Amino acid sequence: MSDPIVKISGLNKWYGEFHVLRDIDLEVKKGERIVICGPSGSGKSTLIRCINALEEFQEGEIVVDGIELGPNLKHVDAVRREVGMVFQSFNLFPHLTVLDNCTLAPIWVRNIPKRDAEATAMKFLERVKIPHQANKFPGQMSGGQQQRVAIARALTMNPKVMLFDEPTSALDPEMVKEVLDTMVDLAEEGMTMLVVTHEMGFAREVANRVVFMDAGQIIEANTPNEFFAAPQHARTKLFLSQILR
Amino acid sequence: MSDVISSSFVRRDLLAERPAPVKTTGFIGLMRTRLFNSPTNILLTILGALLLWFTIVPSVKFLMVDAIWSGRDRSACLVENAGFAVGACWPYIQAKLPQLIYGFYPEAERWRVNLTLLLAAVLLLPLLVPRLPAKSLNAGLFFAAFPVVAFFLLHGGGIKGFGLSWTAGLLQLFDESILGAGQALLSLSKTSAIAPLLWVVGSLVVLLGTAIQWLIFPLTWLRDYIQGTGQPVWADFAITAAIVCLIAFVLGGGVRTGGRALASSIGTFIATAIVIKLMDLDHGGLSIVATNLWGGLLVTLVVSVTGIVTSLPIGIALALGRRSTIPLIRIFSIAFIEFWRGVPLITVLFFATYMLPLFLPGNFTVDGLVRALIGIALFTGAYQAENVRGGLAAIPRGQSEAAAALGLSWWKTTSLIVLPQALRHVIPNLVNSFISLFKDTSLVSIVALFDLLGSLRASFSDPKWSTPSTAFTGFAFAGIIYFMFCFGMSRYSLFVEHRLNAHRRN
Repeated sequence: MSDPIVKISGLNKWYGEFHVLRDIDLEVKKGERIVICGPSGSGKSTLIRCINALEEFQEGEIVVDGIELGPNLKHVDAVRREVGMVFQSFNLFPHLTVLDNCTLAPIWVRNIPKRDAEATAMKFLERVKIPHQANKFPGQMSGGQQQRVAIARALTMNPKVMLFDEPTSALDPEMVKEVLDTMVDLAEEGMTMLVVTHEMGFAREVANRVVFMDAGQIIEANTPNEFFAAPQHARTKLFLSQILR
Repeated sequence: MSDVISSSFVRRDLLAERPAPVKTTGFIGLMRTRLFNSPTNILLTILGALLLWFTIVPSVKFLMVDAIWSGRDRSACLVENAGFAVGACWPYIQAKLPQLIYGFYPEAERWRVNLTLLLAAVLLLPLLVPRLPAKSLNAGLFFAAFPVVAFFLLHGGGIKGFGLSWTAGLLQLFDESILGAGQALLSLSKTSAIAPLLWVVGSLVVLLGTAIQWLIFPLTWLRDYIQGTGQPVWADFAITAAIVCLIAFVLGGGVRTGGRALASSIGTFIATAIVIKLMDLDHGGLSIVATNLWGGLLVTLVVSVTGIVTSLPIGIALALGRRSTIPLIRIFSIAFIEFWRGVPLITVLFFATYMLPLFLPGNFTVDGLVRALIGIALFTGAYQAENVRGGLAAIPRGQSEAAAALGLSWWKTTSLIVLPQALRHVIPNLVNSFISLFKDTSLVSIVALFDLLGSLRASFSDPKWSTPSTAFTGFAFAGIIYFMFCFGMSRYSLFVEHRLNAHRRN
């Protein structure tokens, strides 16, 4: 827990005239797990999508592992190699098998020989507990399995930071747990994680810090204990009272 | 049954076995359930049967029952000699078959066409069977090596130089056109009202041309030197091979990983050398058969295969261009697609054949067949672009986002993630365009190219075979040939679709 691995300063973003992110400052230390929550439309997804340059921004600066990502998005490729991402709708490549999904980026981005890439992929598929499904197509699996494959796929690139954009929102309730368990395992291994989620149980159990956003700005950030026990801002209190019933 | 009204029920009498209801399987079952199960269906069945009766029976009667199968000339196919109403006159097709396949291709050289078709079959068939190995080598041979070999086989002729000479020649041509434009501007400036402006621009262009001339001077000098030696082709070949192998080695990763690239480029050049030696290209090659002598099925196949193979890459490039974020590329693609889609193919062919030569510089001619080929390729390319664009539009944005998040570049995302999925979506549309292209090749007969249909119509005028049924026989034959190719493509596309969409089956 030393230097920040992700440092966001003075980040501002507009969609046309709409000011989606307002003066965001956030530092994430190595190994830190941050849960970002907030009502829909508060800009939390947009914020983490800015970190790996899936969204461009107009003002401010993001530094990932010493690589600077300014408004002109100069070092996009270098940053994306350090940052893994898991999407709400999985976004697995449906025309490739699970194994090919996991070896594609190592082979084509890192130029790793196919055999080594497959060995690594199998290692990560074992870690998310679906090695025996390696030759299936994503469409033949359940949502929970697909999301675990998506996590394995991101891990094969050995990212230093993992971004999760509402990873369990598109899942049936009984599949949420298997994905959350995988994420807990990952957290216990010391991965730096930024998680946008409404799973407050996960936040309590895993997060070092909970960040609450509303209307494009960070309203409150605190340790989970403090955050849930003694929210300071009125907006936070309202939000928590609505989701924790 | 009615026992189960109260909530508790105990069966007292076991039910006896009953015969099965009216048959629902087998032929009778099919008739009952599918053909005669309602008044409307009975009516439709009867209408269908009548339709089949009135089409199939006369066809079979014409093509087979009443057909004449052997004979030496028209007399065999005349009613007076046959003694009945004559159907198809097959001896006529038999006699004209060479013309329908080769056109006016000289008889002594027809082995070259046969060899080309054989080569095409040998290379294409393994490519179509997914189980067979070495797909990339096979594809390379078919898409890169075969067209060149086919050109020298069908057209004949040799080469005077190799890569170096061609590059030098191309650059020189480019430079000469710049110089020519500059001179034209200068001479215009003597009479024009805006003389000073024209003079300045003209001088600049001439200056640029001269600069390029000096820049490429080493290359042209080397070319001239090589042409002076006793073995220009082989000297040029050696230099080109050395340069290309070196580039492949360096691009392949140098000493560390470049070995593979080096080996494959050396292999390619050795194979090329063998082909040059075998076909005697360094000594003039085979005798030249001008394309105006080509005809029949040969022209149909050359035009359609070239069209099919070139239109897809053109279409993909245009479709990607149309979705590009760079305005210039997008506007160019849109204008190109809309232009070619807005013009009938006949106009394109006429333009390519009769108008294009008027616009090209005097010493620069393009063969008539090539002009038609280019016209058809661009025309079909524009249509394929819209087909491909439909597929691209069906791919959710999340796919390219996920690929980008993994660090894949735009090119890799497009070629590995987006295009493979997009093309799978639109296989039926692509093959639809291919089939329509195959049939549209018959339009080249209006620009004095004798394709299958053109050769067929030319053969009608032969008085030796002029009978009442000659034309019908000929068109029936052509119809069967076209149908075989188109139906083959259609079935193969279904097979490919089924195979490539394995991920959509559960």
